Amino acid sequence: MSAEEIPYTVEPHPVTGVYNGKLGLWLFLASEVMLFGALFSTLVLLRVGAADWPHGWELLNVPLATLNTFVLIGSSVTMVMAWASLKLDDFGKFKLYMGVTVLLSFVFLVVKYFEYTHKFHLGISPATNNFYATYFTMTGLHGLHIIGGIVVNLYLLFPGNALWKTAPEQFTNRVECAGLYWHFVDLVWIFLFPILYLL
Amino acid sequence: MAESAEEIRHHIRVYMMVFGALAVLTLVTVAVSYLHIESIAATIMVALAIASVKGALVAGYFMHLVSEKQIIYWILILTVAFFIVLMLLPLLTDISTVGIPV
Repeated sequence: MSAEEIPYTVEPHPVTGVYNGKLGLWLFLASEVMLFGALFSTLVLLRVGAADWPHGWELLNVPLATLNTFVLIGSSVTMVMAWASLKLDDFGKFKLYMGVTVLLSFVFLVVKYFEYTHKFHLGISPATNNFYATYFTMTGLHGLHIIGGIVVNLYLLFPGNALWKTAPEQFTNRVECAGLYWHFVDLVWIFLFPILYLL
Repeated sequence: MAESAEEIRHHIRVYMMVFGALAVLTLVTVAVSYLHIESIAATIMVALAIASVKGALVAGYFMHLVSEKQIIYWILILTVAFFIVLMLLPLLTDISTVGIPV
């Protein structure tokens, strides 16, 4: 190992038993749980304290959100397949699956865009009431996470994939970490969807 | 980390089964919501139960938590503990009236 090389990008750290990137990513996800958890907690407080609270399905577009749920679950599958393809030494399949993952992420955002603009056309904004305030805040923060994931996944798909030629295992681990983040974003949506749209 | 190609192929079969389960559960949770169950408590419990199963499938298989190192479990145990505290915080707003008959 040369002096300038970052240690434990591939080898597990002797103390933790995992490579450093994975440990860092999980700690980051722990902080993300707190971030979204605070908003869920706020929603509970506002809803329990409200004299009147609408059903999500009365005001929001359930079929579109169901479609988006399938889109996001699908993108999680292609993401994990991108990682598995690298494990099988199949770089071509990695590019295919990662490409589809990014594509599905954009589909999610486009659907979300239609949902948002429809509301704006009706003159509805986060200021309308507490229901819409929580809806826009939580789906907005989730949408920002989707954009963040797209940036990372596009990097790994194009300029970042040069690492595959020099350090394939390190590149595979990067894809695994990006995947952990992406599955977390999917997981948040799995809870956001019923809580905001179906209750 | 060094898993054989055979093991990875086995993982892939599991991923496809998880995908199927997630799709079915999504349909179930939407279908249940169209029933418009009277009891709001029952509605919330059913929706959260299905979401929890889906979340567990994603975390367990896609995020490989079924076979992860101990340190990751410890991080998550702490996270869950603090998350529970966070979820109980709204109760504090009612604490001054606990035990007092309405």
